[in-house]
Amino acid sequence: MTLRRKETLAAWLFLLPGFVGFAIFVFGAVVFSSVLSFFEWDMLTKPTFVGLRNFTKLFLEDKTFHLVFRNTLWFVLGTVPTRVLLGLIFALILVRNIPGRTFFRAAIFLPVIIPTVAAAMVWRWIFNADFGLLNDFLYQIGVSNLPRWLSDPKWALVAIMILSVWKDVGFSTVMFMAGLQSIPTTMYEAAKLDGANAWKTFVRITMPLLSPTTFFVIVINVISSFQVFDQAYVLTGGGPGNATNTIVYYIYNNAFQWFRMGYAAAIAWVLFGIIFIATFVQFRYQRKWVYYE
Amino acid sequence: MRIKEKVLNWWLFCLMLIVAFIMLVPFFWMFSTSLKSLGEVFEYPPKWIPRQPHWENYARVWSVVPFGRYLLNSVIVSGSITLLHLLVASLSAFAFARLNFPGRDKLFLLYLATLMVPGQVTMIPNFILIKLLRLTDTYTGLILPNVFTAFGVFLLRQFFMTIPKDYEDAARIDGASRFYIYSRIILPLSVPALSTLAVFTFVFQWNNLLWPLVVVSKDSMKTVTIGLASFQGMYGTTWNLLMAAAVIGVLPSIVAFLIGQRFLIKGITLTGLKA
Repeated sequence: MTLRRKETLAAWLFLLPGFVGFAIFVFGAVVFSSVLSFFEWDMLTKPTFVGLRNFTKLFLEDKTFHLVFRNTLWFVLGTVPTRVLLGLIFALILVRNIPGRTFFRAAIFLPVIIPTVAAAMVWRWIFNADFGLLNDFLYQIGVSNLPRWLSDPKWALVAIMILSVWKDVGFSTVMFMAGLQSIPTTMYEAAKLDGANAWKTFVRITMPLLSPTTFFVIVINVISSFQVFDQAYVLTGGGPGNATNTIVYYIYNNAFQWFRMGYAAAIAWVLFGIIFIATFVQFRYQRKWVYYE
Repeated sequence: MRIKEKVLNWWLFCLMLIVAFIMLVPFFWMFSTSLKSLGEVFEYPPKWIPRQPHWENYARVWSVVPFGRYLLNSVIVSGSITLLHLLVASLSAFAFARLNFPGRDKLFLLYLATLMVPGQVTMIPNFILIKLLRLTDTYTGLILPNVFTAFGVFLLRQFFMTIPKDYEDAARIDGASRFYIYSRIILPLSVPALSTLAVFTFVFQWNNLLWPLVVVSKDSMKTVTIGLASFQGMYGTTWNLLMAAAVIGVLPSIVAFLIGQRFLIKGITLTGLKA
């Protein structure tokens, strides 16, 4: 055996355990899932081929899907800018030499690591319309028309957004802090010598040099927000009506409550398409504002 | 200028106090409610500190549902996924970073491409497979499909690439095998990256709701997350018990965070510096 052959063999031995698993649970699953999306199957009777029926139904007829798509889109538009902006502000403050910054960073990051289920349980209690902490606070400051957070279709999605921002703002904060700390201090010294004020320094130095981090934080936040599920499952169960039903929740219901496997697979692929397009557009657009050294 | 800075920092400190208050108040409220009697829960105005702590709420939660079992299941499942993922990902990453073979870069690209596919796409076929193999309600069913993600392979490959080749040359000349180089040279040098990956994987799996929800129906196989969710289903508005359960649910994460915070951040900065 030649040396090259030996190395190839060795490489495949290293790859084998991972490759077998990938072939079954990832590559195989992707292929199977795409085939499945052209079938109707309840896991009891034989699958029937329906061509593009699942997709045409999804796009043209299924009003519930249109609703869950809108809900999810509102959720993304509501939470991503908030999380990114607040994360940036917190990070800008926390890289300064203020007292107690280690404590503040820990306080902001703590919700990130706890299970969303547990977080949603507490917030369900906080959002309680009659005995909840939030409405009590709003009452104290003089709000008369107290929202019935979780049972009012107008407010339920907002409640989920508030919980999600609280839960995940720490991730953006920590990423921004790392990004800010990697900007060389010589840049700021040069700006100072040139007599730039704080605002100018921020716009001309901090923002451009931080833009790769900002880009990364936005992309990750958009991808994960499109997959929102846990919050809605625990806080509202998708209700009232379908007011907080999301795409992933709809996939879950179709596949594991109603056993419409083919239809669920089709929705999952549409979700992939949505995330792919959203990410692709951002990558396309980044040349206009992301600054790479 | 100096004084202006100081005044500004003082204002920012006050602002951060409010922010920290908002971030921590749910934790405090959770704990406070968990120690109240049901009558006190519905008292108005709400009391921050219970008149007298009802620790028996915890005993009741513990006796109604097998939370000890849920915690044990979560430890077994998250721990096994983490260990297996670290093993499988480091072996693959070693091949991608350190060995030459035809099609290597194309295969790596294929691995990377799977990072874009959301978990919901693969979840449906994996559920069908687990069901056909009669592995629902088993540890294998909870663990196996979650071991194989490209993220760890990618992270470790990037890290392995930064380790200078000279380190292994000496061992090579002495006739060391590739497995020796992997296990005795590359892995020990990669402890920061491996521990970071381990922490992320463990936390992520500990908090996983959707997959256990799908493959588990037996009470004895439930993990903490779905245990909490079904407990809420049973005790919808018994807030003191619900909050006691939630405290049990967040406590392991908080303890891990307090112990691991320094180590975790060190790991991140170390990998950040090297990668």
